[in-house]
Amino acid sequence: MSEVILELQDLSTHFFTDYGEIPAVDRVSIKVHKGEVVGIVGESGCGKSVTSLSIMQLIPSPPGKIVGGEIRFKGENLALTTEKRMKKIRGNEISMIFQEPMTSLNPLFTIGNQMIEALRIHQKISKKEAKEQSINMLKRVGIPRAEQVIDEYPHQLSGGMRQRVMIAIAMSCEPEILIADEPTTALDVTIQAQILDLMRILNDEKETAILLITHDLGVVAEICERVVVMYSGQVVEEGTTREILKDPKHPYTQGLIKSLPKLHEKEQKLYSIPGTVPKPKMDRKGCRFASRCERAFDRCFQVDPELFLIEGERKSRCFLYDEKKGDGIDRAASSIRS
Amino acid sequence: MLIPVLLGMTIITFSIVHLIPGNPAQVILGEAATAEAIADLEESMGLNEPYWVQYGIYFMDLLQGDLGTSLRSKAEISSEIWPHLAATIELTIFAMIFAIVIGVNAGIISAWKQNSWFDFLAMIIALVGVSMPVFWLALMEQWIFAQELGWLPAYGRQDSRDPIAAITQFYVLDSLIHLDFERAFTILKHLVLPAIALGTIPMAIIARMTRSSMLEVMKSDYIRTIRAKGGSQFLVIYKHALKNAIIPILTVIGLQTGVLLGGAILTETIFSWPGIGRYVYEAISFRDYPVIQSGILVIAFIFVMVNLIVDIMYKIIDPRIKY
Repeated sequence: MSEVILELQDLSTHFFTDYGEIPAVDRVSIKVHKGEVVGIVGESGCGKSVTSLSIMQLIPSPPGKIVGGEIRFKGENLALTTEKRMKKIRGNEISMIFQEPMTSLNPLFTIGNQMIEALRIHQKISKKEAKEQSINMLKRVGIPRAEQVIDEYPHQLSGGMRQRVMIAIAMSCEPEILIADEPTTALDVTIQAQILDLMRILNDEKETAILLITHDLGVVAEICERVVVMYSGQVVEEGTTREILKDPKHPYTQGLIKSLPKLHEKEQKLYSIPGTVPKPKMDRKGCRFASRCERAFDRCFQVDPELFLIEGERKSRCFLYDEKKGDGIDRAASSIRS
Repeated sequence: MLIPVLLGMTIITFSIVHLIPGNPAQVILGEAATAEAIADLEESMGLNEPYWVQYGIYFMDLLQGDLGTSLRSKAEISSEIWPHLAATIELTIFAMIFAIVIGVNAGIISAWKQNSWFDFLAMIIALVGVSMPVFWLALMEQWIFAQELGWLPAYGRQDSRDPIAAITQFYVLDSLIHLDFERAFTILKHLVLPAIALGTIPMAIIARMTRSSMLEVMKSDYIRTIRAKGGSQFLVIYKHALKNAIIPILTVIGLQTGVLLGGAILTETIFSWPGIGRYVYEAISFRDYPVIQSGILVIAFIFVMVNLIVDIMYKIIDPRIKY
């Protein structure tokens, strides 16, 4: 496998609120290789967006703060770097697109203004050159009449078009990594597929790694090579997309996949994981999923499980895979078959 | 929109003046006038015509820029009112420059460094600023800067021993036209105290409005986008956030300018500023109805024009606004 360009090592981001300290991201470790598409999956509030904002150092602070761990980008620890250096990295080496294309562009400036600005923050080029590059970029992301669109305002474009513009802005400086925080959630299904195709094409052409944050396993299946499943601020499972979808190990991932509607099965009611995501809080004992887990046993409520290595890069945060407690595996295996 | 408002204003001012009890002919001729003399004067002034004919005459005169004649000075109001109006406009411009420059910047920095010592200090000053009575502030200024320190003149628009040969009636502009920079400096010194007295409340309101509007905008998604592009804090605040935050600020600026242009009677009296507020105030004490009527009309007209300008600026700033 090619070189690792982004590696999160035990990253912890906590929010210091009036109700106490909240560990929104708790010792998360994720690796992204050059040109790879990695998905982070989880429910709302599981810390996936905070993880991505932590990489960019864009956590609203206060109340948010990175309290521990490393963000290694090409060997440099971004958690310790200066704001000045971060400004050079943002938009240039690591870019980001967001969930809300409708509100992510400044309504009072033309598309061209915002694209040219992005280029000129990082490159010493004239406005004219920047405009030409921007028009080319708009064409590459599949915007028709790019020469006109560049002088239009965001409100004159549809949601899908705006997300294309956002991608054009993010890709304009040819970053190493594109962080896409739920890029298709606000779009309708046909546009979703187009945006995913576009991202895949850009990934192929420029070898840009993509860290895709989503709650949609369909999107993951579509585009990701590797998946990290997050629950309540922690990574609970990691593996290739195929492994995760075909053979989920963690009871939470199993639940997620069971709750997907299936075309070939005529079930009356969709499966849903009982209960809701507990709010992250400090000094919690035991597995975070234990209270909703159908197969929890005593130990799950007392000790915090670590991320157990199953084989290769495959990991799961569940005592069922603790080799020292061999009986777990058998039980897990039997339950997956059932 | 503008035309019906102005038309309505003429009807209202016309009606108010006619609803005031008392016969103008009687007022002019005095208590001892005979009934025949009054009837003659009414005849010659057109007061015996029906109201709508009177209004028609008044309105046609207005369209030609004729505001009527002052009962007190017997002079044409349209020529008499201009120097007063110019004095008020000049003072308002300087007061608003003071209010906008300090208010907007204080608001921006407060929002940028929210909950810092600067923010607390600025908001306390703003609170004191809105709560302070203007006449008290004006008197304090006179006492400290004119009386005790002797830095600035306390009264008037200029050195009364050496009056300017006015062209436009805007004295700063006039002295610059004459290339008389020393005089311009003296006139500016006369402007400082009244401009600060008058500008303090608008400054405080603008600062608070700017702060809350900026804080609101800073939370929006597109600000996050600019940060994600690698934009500096300066670019974020002064280009992207300010332009989005400016619309409510402009509204406040427009309204405050209108208020200053029309209602600065107190400040103008304390600083002996020969502005329109004092002109109307004096007309009221002499029951000079045509002057009151014209004064109200002119003030209302300016108020409407200022807000028209604000509306046009909305459109320039925000491409989504359509009229």
